[in-house]
Amino acid sequence: MDGAVGAQPLLELTGATVRFGADAALDDVSFRMYPGEVHSLMGENGAGKSTLIKAITGVLPLDAGTLTLDGRAVRFTTPQEAQRAGISTVYQEVELLPNLSVAENILLGREPRSRGVISQRLMRERARQILADLGLDLDPASTLGTHPVAVQQLVAIARAISTDVRVLVLDEPTSSLDLDEVAELFRIIRELRARGVAILFVSHFLDQVYEICDRVTVLRDGALVGEYLTPQLLRIDLVHKMLGREASDFKTRQRGRVEEPDAPVFLSARDVGAAPGIRGADVDLGEGEVVGVAGLLGSGRTELARALTGISRLDTGIIRIEGEPVNLDSPRRAISLGVVYSSENRRSEGILGELSVLDNITLAVQAHRGVLRRMRPARQRELAQSWVEALGIRPPDLDRPAGTLSGGNQQKVMLARLLALAPRVLVLDEPTRGVDVGAKVEIQNLVGELADNGLSVVFISAELDEVLRVGDRVAILREGRIVETLASADMTVDSLLALVASPDEQEV
Amino acid sequence: MTHIWKHRLFWPLAALITLIVVNSVARPRFLSITMRDGQLYGALIDILRGSAPLMLVALGMTIVIATRGIDLSVGAIMAVSGAVALTVIDGSNDPSNLGTVLVAIAVAVLVALVLGVWNGFLVAVLGIQPIIATLVLMLAGRGVALLITGGFITTVNSDPFSYIASGYLTVLPFAFFISVAAIVALGVVERRTALGVLTEAVGINPEASRLAGVRSRGIVWGAYMLSGVLAGVAGIIYASNIKAADANATGLFIELYAILAVVLGGTSLAGGKFSIAGTVIGVLIIQTLDSTILFLGVPSAQSPVFFALVVVLVVVVQSPRMRRVIGSMTRRRSRPEPDPDPERDRERTGVAA
Repeated sequence: MDGAVGAQPLLELTGATVRFGADAALDDVSFRMYPGEVHSLMGENGAGKSTLIKAITGVLPLDAGTLTLDGRAVRFTTPQEAQRAGISTVYQEVELLPNLSVAENILLGREPRSRGVISQRLMRERARQILADLGLDLDPASTLGTHPVAVQQLVAIARAISTDVRVLVLDEPTSSLDLDEVAELFRIIRELRARGVAILFVSHFLDQVYEICDRVTVLRDGALVGEYLTPQLLRIDLVHKMLGREASDFKTRQRGRVEEPDAPVFLSARDVGAAPGIRGADVDLGEGEVVGVAGLLGSGRTELARALTGISRLDTGIIRIEGEPVNLDSPRRAISLGVVYSSENRRSEGILGELSVLDNITLAVQAHRGVLRRMRPARQRELAQSWVEALGIRPPDLDRPAGTLSGGNQQKVMLARLLALAPRVLVLDEPTRGVDVGAKVEIQNLVGELADNGLSVVFISAELDEVLRVGDRVAILREGRIVETLASADMTVDSLLALVASPDEQEV
Repeated sequence: MTHIWKHRLFWPLAALITLIVVNSVARPRFLSITMRDGQLYGALIDILRGSAPLMLVALGMTIVIATRGIDLSVGAIMAVSGAVALTVIDGSNDPSNLGTVLVAIAVAVLVALVLGVWNGFLVAVLGIQPIIATLVLMLAGRGVALLITGGFITTVNSDPFSYIASGYLTVLPFAFFISVAAIVALGVVERRTALGVLTEAVGINPEASRLAGVRSRGIVWGAYMLSGVLAGVAGIIYASNIKAADANATGLFIELYAILAVVLGGTSLAGGKFSIAGTVIGVLIIQTLDSTILFLGVPSAQSPVFFALVVVLVVVVQSPRMRRVIGSMTRRRSRPEPDPDPERDRERTGVAA
């Protein structure tokens, strides 16, 4: 696997230190990448991964240490300089322009010109070529925003490799991709590796790291823990090194499963259809039950969640709460009936980054009370404080703008906002996406505790093992239909995977 | 005390104080206030009185901008409101009757409210971009005002009506009390109810707010209604001042001055967090600058240039970059060599390596 590893590193960082004020975000870290290898950078949120990436891509200057490329010391002051030297980056959140065409996005700033004028024809041709190299069948003239996030992500990669790339940095590239698309991405990564590109692959998914990476560098609290060959490092050891604690501390708490099958049904949906993708969906959600939803991207996971919570209107079907038909025609109405939704898009549909943690947590309660019945400041503080403590939100500073918190803590703030409403049904859409291992387990445990206290939860996740671990039952979605709902105790990740991915002949 | 210059109102206040100092140096009489017949007179009093229409319009604009919107139609609404009020008074048998004037004010404000409802409908219900939605009325409104006055400049002689802009309540101009009442009322409504924080939430992220159960549509709609009503009152004050309804001149360019006042006060045009106190200071800066130009005897042809220069200066000083530079200069005052921005310096020297 590391046959391509030569004697001289392509990129080497020695004694790198980056300080923010008095704190060292990166403290004397050494890091190297060889041509033709896939290298992973592992660590919890805040370990210094992003800082290291920014240091090698010219976003942040080094306070101490050296960066060499091909044995020559370099110093980038802008991302453009790094890019000219062959270092390209694809960030976690797609940073493209949705209102431009695919071709324009790929070639932005490097548009082919004929006689000084940008040539749309040449641009489309070149974009088509680049996409074809990646094996992507995509109309270069189509508007980027019309494609799903997963496709946009692949376009971002196409953009990154359309330059003469030598080092490709992929920061959480798979967090919004489904299994097929991950496979597609890995195919592309392997091809680039064969061409001698050094690829830095940062991901929270251990499976993917073990599948694709040759070498792992582990960071903790801004310091280097070590560099390892992936096949020689046991997973349990990797997690241990990342957390600096025994992994057994993080075992999911096993909660008492609801054994009797006739626990009272709190919410039931019959023959629910909603544009664009959901047809004839039946869901029964018992009191204190966690129903996991598993399905590929595009199977209608989010559409189902939105149909159940009043975000999108139903075209067909009926929803009953405790047997009474209800009309969930707005999120506001759903909230008043105790049905709340946590969006998968934390940034665009969740956190209000400029408002304080306090305002973020109390927002929904305040909106529910109405404009005139403002909560007293002391009461607001008390409420927010209690949730910050209950969910372990870090740092526990109520007046800090919520946008400055880490992903996992922002997720907890969103949860706190909804839980403060004392809901009966909590619909969680990808609540653990892009959060670190520790926060992920905390969120999973929290769901279990909430269900033990009688809250009904719908838990949507692209990670099948998580769905199985958290859900009492799992609803399997395929192309907008719930094909089966099974007790998770009766399934393994493999059997669930087969159900999620299998073609329709399995249906009776 | 450590970071006074970081407070969001520091620079607006500094600009206002600087203007006042410059004025009082250039013309010592600027600060003097005299008492005549139990009424106060002086340049500062004139500023307080003269700022009333802009104050009202800018307060409404603040809330609209906080919702991520903008209201370009305020000048036109002022013109319509003035035209309606004067037409009612002009058409009555007894223009000097207080009742007549009160009816005229009520009708004019009601019409302004209807125009605000229209703006809000276009933005909040039909989802038209605010700048386009309010442009409709900005362009059409003055035509409507001309239609109401029959194409003429309606003039009236009505003491109760003139009192609004020129009269005194105890020792201070009545118009000043209208300003104060609007500031206090808005401050109370925004900060004592939840309207302020919900408005900010909608301005920062309308979809996230909707999912959290906020009535985004109602809040946005309400902002345009408020802006309409305040512009209506401003139109009445303006008409009262000149005792006439001039559809073409009333509130001309006031939307731009109002936006400027909001921005000078530190509220971002991107929506979200807003500051009523900031807007008040912004209005006072503009009004003081206006009278400075008069005091200094800048020829009226050149006064826009002078005005623009000062505004550019204030805006540049407030820009994030200048703030950083000034901030770090203050921090490093004790050091021997001035070192305005070490990070940039290091970046530049780093290129050589």
